[in-house]
Amino acid sequence: MATLEIKDLHVSVVSEDAPKEILKGVDLTIKAGETHAIMGPNGSGKSTLSYAIAGHPKYTITSGTVTLDGEDVLEMSVDERARAGLFLAMQYPVEVPGVSMSNFLRTAATAVRGEAPALRHWVKEVKGAMAELDIDPAFAERSVNEGFSGGEKKRHEILQLGLLQPKVAILDETDSGLDVDALRVVSEGVNRYKASGEVGVMLITHYTRILKYIQPDFVHVFANGRIVESGGRELADVLESEGYVKYTGKTEAAALS
Amino acid sequence: MAALSTQPHSHGAVVPVTSRAEHFTSYDVEAFEVPGGREEIWRFTPLKRLAGLHSGAAATGSAAVEVNAAPGVTVETVSRDDSRLGTAGVPGDRVAAQAYSSFENATIVTLPGDAKSEPTTVTVTGAGVGSVSYGHVQVKASQFAEGTVILDFRGSGAYADNVEFLVADGAHLTVITIHDWADDAVHVSQHHVKLGRDATIKHTVVTLGGDVVRVTPVVQYAGRGGDAELFGLYFADAGQHQEHRPFIDHAQANCRSNVVYKGALQGEGAHAVWIGDVLIRVAAEGTETFELNRNLILTDGARADSVPNLEIETGEIEGAGHASATGRFDDEQLFYLQARGIPEEQARRLVVRGFFQELIAKIAVPEVRERLEAAIEAELEAVGT
Repeated sequence: MATLEIKDLHVSVVSEDAPKEILKGVDLTIKAGETHAIMGPNGSGKSTLSYAIAGHPKYTITSGTVTLDGEDVLEMSVDERARAGLFLAMQYPVEVPGVSMSNFLRTAATAVRGEAPALRHWVKEVKGAMAELDIDPAFAERSVNEGFSGGEKKRHEILQLGLLQPKVAILDETDSGLDVDALRVVSEGVNRYKASGEVGVMLITHYTRILKYIQPDFVHVFANGRIVESGGRELADVLESEGYVKYTGKTEAAALS
Repeated sequence: MAALSTQPHSHGAVVPVTSRAEHFTSYDVEAFEVPGGREEIWRFTPLKRLAGLHSGAAATGSAAVEVNAAPGVTVETVSRDDSRLGTAGVPGDRVAAQAYSSFENATIVTLPGDAKSEPTTVTVTGAGVGSVSYGHVQVKASQFAEGTVILDFRGSGAYADNVEFLVADGAHLTVITIHDWADDAVHVSQHHVKLGRDATIKHTVVTLGGDVVRVTPVVQYAGRGGDAELFGLYFADAGQHQEHRPFIDHAQANCRSNVVYKGALQGEGAHAVWIGDVLIRVAAEGTETFELNRNLILTDGARADSVPNLEIETGEIEGAGHASATGRFDDEQLFYLQARGIPEEQARRLVVRGFFQELIAKIAVPEVRERLEAAIEAELEAVGT
């Protein structure tokens, strides 16, 4: 049973002058089988939470702990975290010119699985996973994310999620910038991953619309660097009608009106 | 990065001190002064490390030239007074003139006309540690010829030469020059390309080894419709100086050129210099040209100088552009790959291989491509050690 446990996490970002604290004591436990939606206004620190867990060098952990099945995540390098079973679907996937998608996927799968997948099965596996996400097979020979549209990038993040099968997946605004069809295809991909094993999902989003496709077990409101309210699915409905004004003092819609 | 032009263009005009058109050329070494290091064309070059190639050093040996010719390709060794020599261009600096004044024998490789030939390899091996030698090679692609010539430079010593490429009307020549010298070697080289009507050249320079390597490829067009693609790939390690100075001289109408040089640098004192000159003369209407240089700095202590110069004397052109960028390793790319479980060292290699991929993919000879991939792997093994 995979468990990601975040305790009193404080994170700063190094800016031009002084370090700036962005996360101000985050507590969250995600167990296998659970989907947690993290919802909050822009600038509340949601993305910082995801990058800090993944180990992005820009962020400094000033206090608190993050463990995966009891193992200290913060002691691990970025690649060790991924191999331990953490996955971050990024809001802005990075372009890597000259590295083909197929080479990248195989290299990543080899690293995460600990051995190179047998070629014959692998080709089939990738083809199948691409078809499920309506990805044109020609993308396999293109450079990683290079010249991809926003929607194509997100599909490829979910493709990687399916192939790497992490214990806990963090999806950072995977829904942003997606049209209706793409949102459905991507959500189905996440649901397939959920159904495939005892895994946990942290779904970071600004809007409630993806929750029509992916059912959260818990909804947390994130504001000013910490979780300020937690509840079930019904909390999302409240956010949908009332927005984040209650938490920020500013009017910012959680629904697309 | 600087942009020089005789007339204003998008990034503001800088009037060059001297136009590329006025650069002095001569076959006679005595016509050039011994450079002191401040001259525009020598200011980046470590003259002290040239073993006297620039100041009159006499030959102390000769480099061995071995040709593995494809069927139909003829190879001649000729004396220096053979009248065919020197027709592709005139030496443009003192070392090239020294080489032209000093070589004993030249090698002429001729690709048969109206035929396709298999790759021919010319291997030049330096005369040994501490030696000075001069050489001359001419590659001639006859009318409507189609073929590939690989120039492979190896071994030790100081060596200066001129390499001529005469591409006759309608011929298509592919050239791959590999500088795979030993650590002590010094090589100063000028390539002279002369393209006939509708002739094309795909000219790739690869620089890996040697203490100092300075290559000046010059392209001239003898008729309309000529097309030159100049590619360069280099990897400078600690202490190495690699200098590439392509010059495209557009003096004919409706010709095209495309220059892409990419280099990676690592280690203390690794130095790459790229000076890309393009001159579009008044007569060269309908010219289309682009030049690009990218440098990837892998460690502290390495330095890249990149200067694209574009001079345009006619407004009636199809297009002209240049770009130059020198950057550190992109940490975001590294983070992305590592976030997928790929260990840091492997991720670095993927990114560097990816950086060169565009150029490697253009090399049509599989053995050469594999050799380059292996060489880049070997260079990367050395990163951080």
